[in-house]
Amino acid sequence: MKNALGEAQTIVLLGGSSEIGRAVVDALVSPATTTVVLAARRPEAVDATGLVRDGLIVDIVAFDATESTAHQAFIDDLAARHGDLDVVIVAFGQLGDQRKLDDDAGAAAAIVNVNFTGAVSTSVAVATQFRRQGHGQLVILSSVAGERVRKANFVYGSSKAGLDGFAQGLGDSLAGTGASVLIVRPGFVHSAMTKGMKPAPFATSPEAVAAATVNALRAGTRIVWVPGVLRVVFSVFRHLPAPLWRRLKV
Amino acid sequence: MATDGFDDTELLSGWGRTAPSAASVVHNRASDRAGLARVLEHLPPRGAIARGLGRSYGDSAQNGGGVAISLDDFGEAPGITINAADSAVTASAGVSLDHVLNVIVPLGFFVPVSPGTRFVTLGGAIASDIHGKNHHVDGTFGNHVRAITLMLADGSVVEVSRSADPDVFWATIGGMGLTGIILQATFTVLPIETSRCTVDTERAGDLDELLALMSAGDDAYRYSVAWIDLMARGSALGRSVLTRGDHARVDELAPKQAAFPLEYRAGQLVSVPPMIPPRGLLNHASVAAFNEFWFRTSPKRRIGHVVTIPKFFHPLDAIGHWNRLYGRRGFLQYQFVVPFGEEAALRHVVERLADSGTTSFLAVLKRFGAANPAPLSFPKPGWTLALDIPGAANGLVGLLTELDNVVLGAGGRHYLAKDSATTPAAIRRGYPRLAEWQAVRDRVDPQHRWASDQSRRLHLMERNEIS
Repeated sequence: MKNALGEAQTIVLLGGSSEIGRAVVDALVSPATTTVVLAARRPEAVDATGLVRDGLIVDIVAFDATESTAHQAFIDDLAARHGDLDVVIVAFGQLGDQRKLDDDAGAAAAIVNVNFTGAVSTSVAVATQFRRQGHGQLVILSSVAGERVRKANFVYGSSKAGLDGFAQGLGDSLAGTGASVLIVRPGFVHSAMTKGMKPAPFATSPEAVAAATVNALRAGTRIVWVPGVLRVVFSVFRHLPAPLWRRLKV
Repeated sequence: MATDGFDDTELLSGWGRTAPSAASVVHNRASDRAGLARVLEHLPPRGAIARGLGRSYGDSAQNGGGVAISLDDFGEAPGITINAADSAVTASAGVSLDHVLNVIVPLGFFVPVSPGTRFVTLGGAIASDIHGKNHHVDGTFGNHVRAITLMLADGSVVEVSRSADPDVFWATIGGMGLTGIILQATFTVLPIETSRCTVDTERAGDLDELLALMSAGDDAYRYSVAWIDLMARGSALGRSVLTRGDHARVDELAPKQAAFPLEYRAGQLVSVPPMIPPRGLLNHASVAAFNEFWFRTSPKRRIGHVVTIPKFFHPLDAIGHWNRLYGRRGFLQYQFVVPFGEEAALRHVVERLADSGTTSFLAVLKRFGAANPAPLSFPKPGWTLALDIPGAANGLVGLLTELDNVVLGAGGRHYLAKDSATTPAAIRRGYPRLAEWQAVRDRVDPQHRWASDQSRRLHLMERNEIS
C-alpha cells in the first residue's frame, strides 16, 4: 500500500532490462519501499546493482511478454508472494528496424505482439489484481510515435498508437476502483534501444522520463509528455495534412 | 467488484485525504448483531475493518478490496444510558462524542477525554485510544473505559473489561479495530458544574521558555496544550501560545451565564465547499501570514478567561470539512512522542521543520503523563508534538525519514491514528510490545479476518518479522 506521500511499498517493472523502466524504478524507490520486482525475458541479464539496500527485497523473475495466456498467473503469483502491488510499470517493447520490417511479415507481427498484444494481456492481468486489492497505479510506457504514426517506424508507432488507446480506455474503465493508469509519452530517448540513431528534436534521457513519471504518479495525472513541449508539437503534427506529413523529415 | 455478495464499492480515505482505496462499505446498526454476524460469515479474503466517522488521518479505517463496516448510529437518536450515581455512560460504539456531549453536558457531565474534534465515534476513540489536553492528569480515553462489548471474527459477542479477559480488553484499546468490532462500551464521565471553562493564556517567545513554563506549571491544571508556530525561525524558534484551564465552577461565571450554567450549544460557523483549487488554499505565504497574525493577536498573559466547551476543546470543528483546504493532494499529520529528558531531540525536530521551510499550520505540543497497560497505546511520559503538512510539499520524504530516526533514536514513537507514512520497521522500534499484542489478537482472530490498509502497510499482523 502506498503511503500518504505517494511512496510505493511494492514496485514491479515488467521489462526489467528497459533503461527507461529501470530509471523509473530507481526514482520511485524510497525508504518506504520494501520490494522491487524486475521481470525480464532474460533475468540473468538484469543488473540489480544500485538497488541493493538493507531490508529491500529485489526479486528478479523470468517473464515473456508474448506468453499472453500465462500473464494472469504470473501477476497472481507476484501478488501471492509479495502482497499488494502498488506500482506496476509496463516498459517492455521493441523498436525494430523499419527497413527490414518492410518486407518481413512475421517480424512485423512479432513486434506488435510484444508492444501491443503482450502489453494488453499484462495490463488486463494487473488491472484485475488492482481491483482485487482496491488500489494500484499502472504505468504504461507509450510514445509520441503513436500520436501520429510516421513512415520511419510505422510498425512500432502503430503498436504504440494501439497501446495508447488501450491504456486510455483501461484508465477510464478503472475509475472509482481505486486503481489508475498513467500513460507516459516520451519523445526520442537516448538509450540502448536508440543507440546509433540520429536524435529527434527535443531528445530526452531515461532519467528525465523517470522524474516526470514520478511527479505524475504523485500528482495523480493521467498522461505525461516528456518533455512537456511535445504535447504542443504533436497537437500540431496530428493536424498536418497527409501530403505534408509524408514529406516532413521527422 | 472487489467482493462477491456485497454492495458497490466506495473509495475511502482518511481525514488527510491521501492514498484512497476502494472497499465494499456495509452499513449496519451496532444493535443488529445478527446482521453483522451475517456480514462476517461471507467476508472476502481481504477481510473487514470497522469504520466510524473517518477522522483517522491515514489509512486505518480503509480496507482496499475488502469490507469496511460502518456502524450507522451517528444520525440516530443515540442509544446512551447514563448512570448518574455512578458517573457512568453506556453507549453504542457508532455514536459520536458530539452526540454524547449533547446529551451529557446539560446533565452535568463531560467526556473523560476529549480529542481536538468531537466528530469521532466512541468505537474510534477506544480503538485509537485517544488522548486530549488532560493526558498529564487523566491519561487516555481507554483509562476510563470500564467494559467493551466486542464482536469477534467468528461472530460471537464477548464483554471484556479489566477483570473479564483483560488481555483482549487492553489489546482492543489502541488496537486500531483489529481485534473485533466494538459494539458498545461503558465509560466513566466527569461531573462538571458548568458548560464553560476557565482558561489561562500565556505567550512564550521561544521553545525553551515554553518547555520551562509547561514543566513548571502544567500540574496545576487539568487541561494544558501549547500551539507552536513552526514557521518561525532564529530567535523566535518555537514561539508559542500556551493555554491551560479547567472546567469553570458556577461561582466563576458571570451572573447571566450562571443562570444557565449547563447550557450547551455546539455548532458550525462555516463549511468549506467541495470545490477548492487543486493546490489548496494553504500555501507557504498564507499559512505564514496566519501564524504571524495568530501569534500577534494572542494575549501575552490572560488569566481566568471564561470560554465555552467548543471554543476551548474543538475550535476547528467550527469549520466544517477544513481538511479540504489542503486541496486535492491532501495532507498528513505527523505526531510523535519523545520521553522526558529527550528535549534535545524535540528541539532538533522543531529546528529541522522550521529550517526546511515546510508549510505547517500551528503545531500542537503537549506533555504526556503515565502510559496505560494497552500494548499499542501511543501515549507515554514525554513530549508529544503534532503537526499538519501538505501532501504536496517538496522534499518531505527525506525530511520525514530523518525525523523518524531522531524520534526513534530518542526512544520515541508515532501515533497510529495519525500515521500515514511510517514504516513497518519504525512501528516495531516504537512499539516493542507489538508481538504481545499480536499474540492476543491472533487468539481472537486466528484467520486474520480483520484487516485494514494500515495493517497491511505496517505489516501489523506479521509476526517474527525482523525489523
